[in-house]
Amino acid sequence: MNFEPTEERRMLADSLNRFISERYGFAARQEIVRSPQGFSPAMWQQFAELGVMAALFHEVDGGFGGDGFDIANVFEALGRGLVVEPLLGSAVLAGDAIAAVGNAQQKEWLASLISGDSIAALAHEEPASHYELAHVQTRALRQAEGWLLNGSKALVLQGAQCQLFVVSARTSGAVADEDGISLFLLPADTPGLQLHSSSTVDGGCVASLQLENVQLGADALLGAEGAGHATLERAVGRGILALCAEAVGAMDIAKAATLDYLRTRKQFGVAIGSFQALQHRMADMALEIEQARSSVINAAAALDGERLTRERALSAAKFSIGRIATLVAEECIQLHGGIGMTWELPLSHYAKRLIMIDHQLGDEDHHLQRYMALSALVTA
Amino acid sequence: MNLNFSPSEEAFRDEVCRFLAAKLPARLSDKVSQGMRLTKADMQEWHTILHAQGWLANHWPVEFGGTGWNAIERFIFENECALAAAPRVVPFGVNMLGPVLIKYGNAAQKQHWLPRILDGRDWWCQGYSEPGAGSDLAAVKTSARLCQDAQGPHYIVNGQKTWTTLGQHANMIFCLVRSNPEAKKQEGISFLLIDMHTPGVEVRPIITLDQEHEVNEVFFTDVRVPAENLVGEENKGWTCAKYLLTYERTNIAGVGQSSAALQRLQQIAATQQRQGKPLAQDPIFAARLARVEIDLANMKTTNLRVIAAVAGGGAPGAESSMLKIRGTQIRQEITSLTRRAMGPFARPYIHEALDEGYTGTPTTPPAAASAAAQYFNNRKLSIFGGSNEVQRNIISKMMLGL
Repeated sequence: MNFEPTEERRMLADSLNRFISERYGFAARQEIVRSPQGFSPAMWQQFAELGVMAALFHEVDGGFGGDGFDIANVFEALGRGLVVEPLLGSAVLAGDAIAAVGNAQQKEWLASLISGDSIAALAHEEPASHYELAHVQTRALRQAEGWLLNGSKALVLQGAQCQLFVVSARTSGAVADEDGISLFLLPADTPGLQLHSSSTVDGGCVASLQLENVQLGADALLGAEGAGHATLERAVGRGILALCAEAVGAMDIAKAATLDYLRTRKQFGVAIGSFQALQHRMADMALEIEQARSSVINAAAALDGERLTRERALSAAKFSIGRIATLVAEECIQLHGGIGMTWELPLSHYAKRLIMIDHQLGDEDHHLQRYMALSALVTA
Repeated sequence: MNLNFSPSEEAFRDEVCRFLAAKLPARLSDKVSQGMRLTKADMQEWHTILHAQGWLANHWPVEFGGTGWNAIERFIFENECALAAAPRVVPFGVNMLGPVLIKYGNAAQKQHWLPRILDGRDWWCQGYSEPGAGSDLAAVKTSARLCQDAQGPHYIVNGQKTWTTLGQHANMIFCLVRSNPEAKKQEGISFLLIDMHTPGVEVRPIITLDQEHEVNEVFFTDVRVPAENLVGEENKGWTCAKYLLTYERTNIAGVGQSSAALQRLQQIAATQQRQGKPLAQDPIFAARLARVEIDLANMKTTNLRVIAAVAGGGAPGAESSMLKIRGTQIRQEITSLTRRAMGPFARPYIHEALDEGYTGTPTTPPAAASAAAQYFNNRKLSIFGGSNEVQRNIISKMMLGL
């Protein structure tokens, strides 16, 4: 039993934390968020040079990490800085799908995802899917020379900046069937692809994709036909872990900022942190954050394990994070009082990110239900 | 990062499991798992079995008859004992007084008292709380006046202790007494060992809301205590008291007890029917069950993180307050769900039905007999050992710097 990070992970976290505090401070971050693209190509290259993307891939895929604790290590640091660059979409969700089932030619993309020269995204969610992984309405029809895709994708992370999409489409089965989902590699300049980008409440952009009679060659199929669900589950599982770790990093900063405020803000002639009503709320929050951290450790440790154990730990973590990050966001705003409502205060942006993490890859309720369904399979 | 126990720790766990399989009487584990009442003889029986194995004093160094185990080994041991439904070791002698004597007792005291704790000759109880000193423990008023006569120096003790757990079985009590009424609160307190059979000591039962006799009041009227029963220096008893309260609290979360109780609850939920389906399939009940199961899985890792920090040379500080708060919340939620699982059968209650050998007609399913009683009894968890509110004070002061 050992809860200390390895030397390599500690060094990466140190340099990433240092880079973020020196170059990705709150003012710089806000400027990036305000920019038309909603992200910084220069920062993206810096992250690549620091080895952030490489840490998210296994050695066999050209990286130097790729384990659960690598993902958690990186994303905790990113969460501390509210980083908006598309590491989750490119290096975790899309990247893992390619790494998991891509053929040699498709895997050639990985080098440029790791170097930062290309950005990819997973185009899986749809307007009606609402966190359900198996819900795919987009259709792919087999043709003489390949595939014809039609449908809509939503919430594609930094879609407008991407050179490549991993698109899910149904090749057989009904809308919510796990079987019959196939994955395709789709370069962003493919004819028939229309993209509409919008900003988000918590920084960064998402895009919706319209696929109208998109013609793809036979070599666009990623993995086996109809077997995409397992690949999606694996990639999304890693994404869930990343989001959970990001939330822990953001919660640590929100907690520190709130403690600082409680120590300095004076009312009735004393620091408001001397009031027991506020102390007990902080104590509960600190306790919950440690529980959240433990849930991330459990999920990271289970990431390469047997399916039910892994998915239960991931849903347990996402449920825990959903509940606790919401609590922390709300409590931190409340303990700050009026100033916590302002745009100028960094804390309010941490609070927004913490709430919005619950809106990505399944919220508290979704993952509690999923955990219960998986538990029923264990006992059955 | 590695959450697995090492091969040597796994081997240790196997050894503990083998011991429990061979030596824990089924009669005792049945009583524990069914929430039956344990007698003094039951508790002594398990104490004796552990002592014979040499595993009783798992907090003590080897030279005093302890196991010399580290925090991880203790966790494994406590966890496996709880999962096997072993009775809890009555902690007052072995886990509380023992470490205080080892740290602050003189050679004669160690030589006299420690072996008697191990072999069970003395049954210790704890004289800390008083009617006016609960969370504010340093407000103790029970007085000890140093006197001298032909038989030597001695203290005369007057006052009252309360919430004395299992004091009805005890022959010895360790007490915080006020030896200097003039000194400031914490500074006039001494740590005194008192023979319960001394004239002037009177034990009166307190019946708790579950109709059980677990705690007592202890009254002292001109009780003569030999001066040699003072532990540490006179008026320095608060040091002993604090040491005892903070000593080795890494098991305070009761993860093993909660895991065992949750397993029983899951069995109940799988068999109890509601609207023609097992309770486990009731969406609202199943959701509460899942929530506490997740919280417990998180807690187990939080607990192991604290233990790993201690094993690495750190001391558990306010972290043990976190373990205490959430650990007791989890245990209380499980007892609450167990009570709810019984539905209307949680109400019928026959006091004697929780005794071994009861032959009356059962009016409820077997698991229902103790569900309500256990629930009410476990309300104490968030009150004793420093209430959860006091723990929050400790966290905000020691960890958060407020």
